[in-house]
Order: sequence, then structure tokens, then C-alpha cells
Amino acid sequence: MSDTFFFAMEVALNGLMAGVMYSLVALGFVLIFKASGVFNYAQGVMALFAALTLVGIQNGQIPFAHVINATFGTHLSTFGWNVPSFLAILLTLGVMILFAILVERLVLKHLVNQEPIILFMATIGLAFFLEGLGDLMWGSEIKKLDVGLPQGVSDTIERVTYEWFGYGFFIDKLDIVAALVATVLVIVLTLFSRYTKHGRALRAVADDHQAALSVGISLRFIWVLVWSIAGFVALVAGIMWGTKSGVQFSLSLIALKALPVLMLGGFTSIPGAIVGGLIIGVGEKLFEFFIGPLVGGATENWFAYVLALIFLVFRPQGLFGEKIIERV
Amino acid sequence: MKMKVKIAAAALTAVMAAGPALAELVFPSLSYRTGPYAAGGAPFADGYTDYFTLLNERDGGIGGVKTRVVECETGYNTEKGVECYEATKGEGSLVYQPLSTGITYQLIPKASADGIPLHTMGYGRTSAADGTVFKWAFNYPANYWQGASVAINHILDINGGDIKGKKIALLYHNSAYGKEPIRTLEGLSKKHGFELSLIPVDHPGQEQKSQWLQIRREKPDYVLMWGWGVMNQVAIQEAANIRFPMENFIGIWWSGSENDVLPAGAAANGYKALNFHNVGSDYPIFDDIRKYVVDAGKAAGSGDNVGTVLYNRGLYAAMLAAEAARKAQELSGKKDITPADMRDGMEALEITEARMAELGMPNFGPAFKVTCENHGGPGKAAVQQWDAEAKQWKMISDFYEPDMEVIQPLIKADAEAYAKENDITPRECK
Repeated sequence: MSDTFFFAMEVALNGLMAGVMYSLVALGFVLIFKASGVFNYAQGVMALFAALTLVGIQNGQIPFAHVINATFGTHLSTFGWNVPSFLAILLTLGVMILFAILVERLVLKHLVNQEPIILFMATIGLAFFLEGLGDLMWGSEIKKLDVGLPQGVSDTIERVTYEWFGYGFFIDKLDIVAALVATVLVIVLTLFSRYTKHGRALRAVADDHQAALSVGISLRFIWVLVWSIAGFVALVAGIMWGTKSGVQFSLSLIALKALPVLMLGGFTSIPGAIVGGLIIGVGEKLFEFFIGPLVGGATENWFAYVLALIFLVFRPQGLFGEKIIERV
Repeated sequence: MKMKVKIAAAALTAVMAAGPALAELVFPSLSYRTGPYAAGGAPFADGYTDYFTLLNERDGGIGGVKTRVVECETGYNTEKGVECYEATKGEGSLVYQPLSTGITYQLIPKASADGIPLHTMGYGRTSAADGTVFKWAFNYPANYWQGASVAINHILDINGGDIKGKKIALLYHNSAYGKEPIRTLEGLSKKHGFELSLIPVDHPGQEQKSQWLQIRREKPDYVLMWGWGVMNQVAIQEAANIRFPMENFIGIWWSGSENDVLPAGAAANGYKALNFHNVGSDYPIFDDIRKYVVDAGKAAGSGDNVGTVLYNRGLYAAMLAAEAARKAQELSGKKDITPADMRDGMEALEITEARMAELGMPNFGPAFKVTCENHGGPGKAAVQQWDAEAKQWKMISDFYEPDMEVIQPLIKADAEAYAKENDITPRECK
């Protein structure tokens, strides 16, 4: 087979891998939308905030050091210790849970029974607040994130494919890790929602708020729970994307990559987020490969949205989304 | 009667308390300390402000007149940049440095109409180098087209002057900024016989797998990069992932700060970038910056980015602005200069080796002279290389001359087209 065929295969495979990275971001949106009907505009910023906090804790950085120094004329920067990655991840998770509790207490509690658009607007405010808070806490400089994840071409895959096809395929080791993490994440989330008490409560709230409340399920607890899980997913996405590009404020823009995935996969389906990510990833990469050179390249951003729109025309609820029927 | 005396005394006291308005030289800083590009915007803004603070604290300002920096946050957003310009131009602003090509394009007609000079150092509209058409815009000491030529000159240099048949890829941000070097590189490709391939990256550039698979397949001898923000860090990491030789990967000056290489760690070792000023903090001026600004608690930032590439660029931009203001004071014979005087000062600016040494910045940048025709300076740039172990940029070349034989006709043609579109009659330079 020709070199071009294998190159197209390689592009498609890398598209699948890129799609997994998009799915990691999309999952956080799905969780919150599924449980509360809120489109959480702050999900991308949550990934940024989680990654900033993780690096800050790892490096023993003093939070708000710039503010403290500017106010009191001190020269503080670090505590002088480094925290092991695993412990730092657990501590960051703790911060994200605390964030979820605060969001529920200070924002969501006061907006119960409001229109979804009001809640959406609240999450826009939350996104800008969180971005500013991250800047004040940890500074705006770019930080290297290293939790021991491998990066670079997988020599084994390159060698084996070369032996088989006479063409060495490029697959990034970080992408393989991301695929494994996404698989585990989906399995854990599915098991949690099916076989645990809180998971069932979460599904009950997702199906019908009023009915869930009437059988004694605490809506406030469910909101804290789902925002905590979304915080955990944001941390995972932040680790993957932060390892790839360094932790910096443009990380919040990864949400742009998740939107077409959501449109395609459906806003309420966890498997939809994964399948949607894979379709977007492969679709945009192959389009860039075949059509890109004819139109000057750089087609990936807009083509992802075109692809999602095409699916929307035929399935407005997305591939796996629930059809919303409102009777008046 | 008593009441009248009291009123007169109160009026006299009020007048004396108010006193004459103190003269000051206002330098606006259109900065971006927030948003996706904050990591690049903050050190530049710190360097810019710290230099004027140093002049105030050490020398009492410029020619005895204190300076004042008016900072306005643009977030690297063109609309906000224009708002910042409108909001600050009434404060007596002497020169604008928008630090964004998008904002620059919007401000060129506005600033020209308002009679306020623009200085777009190493960015903006390249043909602003033609002073006969762009009376109020300056882009010394170097522009993108000269940068493209310097990169090719460096490649020529390391290949014994012959790059015929070599493959050179341009990886660029798919925007007006990223597309700037294409025409120059196409011209140079014809002249030197190298094969040019163009590889655009969509904003913001967090995902570049397709582009680097293409590079892995086509195996160019050299990759040039016109990137900004996250595009740079991802590109350097992806280059390392496909094991592209870092010494053959050369970025423009906006792809060559510590921010761009640190996230990739050891893998970024050997990566090269152009620069039109020197690197590091081994210059006498930094002793003064520490003494009068940082240690005195007057730094614009935390003081921990002093000596980084983008801090130095802000410092250098401020030095060039201050020297132009000094020249304007000399030419106009007055201390409290106007934006029009400032423009005259910029047009008559001469930076010599001796003057840079006097300022505590020996060999910090190239010596150059601005003229009525040439607002772009000499376009010289040097090559710096990243040492990942020492976490330092090192200059590995002298300042190269660009190939003006190819660039000058392009500048002329673009400036003429602009003049025609905007009904501008090019002025005569005597």
C-alpha cells in the first residue's frame, strides 16, 4: 500500500487521540448539564484553575504571594518545599471540592428555580471570577507541569508498525495515557452512577428535580457532588493539557474544542462525549489532510463546528442526547 | 468688610495651594496582564514601566521633567486596545506602543489624524518603515520582513552561503501577524533556490498534531516559526515529540522568550530564536534597576522577571522612547514637549554604541539612526539559542543585516498601496 495511505491512517489515528483529549474537557460539561440542566461556561477555566493549583502546590508556592508582597512590602514566593505529585493531586482535588461547596453556597443556592439562562449567566460570571482568582493566587507566568506522564513518540509503536507495514506510525505517549485515563474515567463514572446510592440519586435528579426532592434527595448535596466530580474531571483535563502546553491562561480556551464535541455527542451523554470527541478528532484531522492543502490549511477549528452542525441538522439532540419534548 | 477680607484670603490661599500645574511627560502603556497572553504581556509592561520609574528616581525624569506611565489593560484585544487609546490620548500621551499588530492596524489612521506618534517595535504594519507615507508611525529597529530575511541569512551562514534545494517550512499563526513574512520568504526562496512550504496553525494553537505530522513526513531541513502565546510552547513540545533537530528550528522574536521553552524542559535545548536586542541581566543598568526600582519597592511587577527576554524588550522600548523624548526636548528647546515634538524627536533619533554604554546598556541593541524616509531602522537581528540546563538564552551570532534588496521594493509597494487607498500624498524628505 502507498505511503499516502499509511500517512492518512496515521493522521486518522492521531485524530482519534486528539479527540480523546477534547472528550476529557467535554465530560465536565456533560456531568453538570445532565444533573442540573446548567451549561457550565466555567468548565474550561476550572481546568485551568485546577492545573494552576496543582503546580502551585507541587512547587510549594505561597498563594496570593504577589498580593501579600505588594501590600506588606514582603518578598514571599515559596514555602521552600516540594509536594509529591500524588499528594498534590489529592490536595488539588480537595481545593476543587471546596470550590464546589462555595459555588453551591454562594451562587447556586440563591438561584434555585431560576431560568436556565440565569444559571448560565452566573457561570459566565464564575468563569471570569475564577480566572482572576487564579491569577491573584498563582501569578500569570507559564508553569511547567510534570506529574511523571510520558511524552514523545512511542518507539515501540513506531518500530512495530515499521516492521509490519514499512511505515513507522507516530503516536504520542501522552495521548495513549490520555486514552487510558478517559476509558477509566468513563467506566468509573458509569459504575458510580449505576451502582452507588449517590449515583442513583444523581440520576434521579437528572430525570426529574421535583420527583427527586419529593423522595428526600437533597438537591443542594447533589449539586455539590456533581460540581465536585466536574472539578475532578477538570483536574484530569488540566493535567493532560497542561503537560502538553505548560500551565497558562490560554488553557481556558480548551473549552472551545469541547463545544463541537458536545453538540455532536449530546449534552447529556457520557459515552456521547467520548464518541463525539473521537468523531470530531478524526473528522477535523482527515479534512485538514485531504482538503486543507486546497484551501490554504488551518481548517481544524471551523471544520469541527461545521461537522457538529451537520449532525445537528439530522439529530438536534446530538448522537446520544435525550430528546427534549416540552408540552404546552 | 471683615467678610470680604476673609473671602479674599481664602481665595488667595486656594490659588497658592493649587500652584502651577507641574509638567510631566506621559507615556501610555497599553498592556495585557490578564487573559491568554498575559504571560507575554506582563514582563514587557514591567520592563517598560520600570525604566521610566528608574529615570524618575535616579535622574529626576527626562531633562528634569518627571515621567508618568499611564497603563491601560487591553487583554490583547483589538477593541479594548482602541478604547484604551481613546481613553488615554487626552492625558498628553506622547507615544503609543500598542504591543499588538491588530491594535496597531486600527491605531495607524487614528493616531495619524490625532497627531500622536506610534512606535511598533518589531511588530505591526511592516511598511510603516516608509516614513514618506507613514509620518506618524515608526517600527525601528526591526520589522517582520527583516526578521524573515535575517533567519534566512543565518541559515545561509551555517550552510556556507548555499541553500539551493534545501527545504524550509514556515509554521505560522493563521492571522495577519503570522502571514507577514510569507511574501519576503517567497522572494528569498526565488533568490536562493530553497523550497518553501507554508504550514498555518489555527488560533490559539493548542492542537498542532496535523502540522507536525506533515513536518515529520516532509522532513524540512529547517522550520521557521511565527507564533505567539500557547502556539509557541505547543510547537516546541511537538518538535521534540517528533525528534525534529532543535538547532534547525528558528522562531521570530515573539517566539523566543523563556515562556516558550521552559514548559518543554530539557527537550527544548538548542531551539533558536531571533532577537533585536540582547539577553540576560549582565548590564550596568540592571544594578540601577535593582537599587532604585526593585529594592525600593517601586517595581511594576514582583521584580522576579528582571532580565528575562520580554522584560528586556519592554526596557529597551522604554529606553528608545526616553531617548526620543530627550532628542525632542533638544530640538524644540523646551522641556515640556508635545506629541508633535516627540514625533520630530523619534525621526531624528540616533542610537550610538557610545550612548548605549552611557546608559548602562553597552551593545544591548544595534546602533542605528532614524530618518525621514526610513522609520524602520536597520532591521538588524541576532540569533539566540536556548540552553535548557542553564535555563538561559545565549546569543550565538552578531547582529545580521537583512537583505534590503528584496525587502525595500516590498515596503515601497505596500506603502504606495496604502497611500493610494487612504488618499495620502507621500511627503518630500529633504
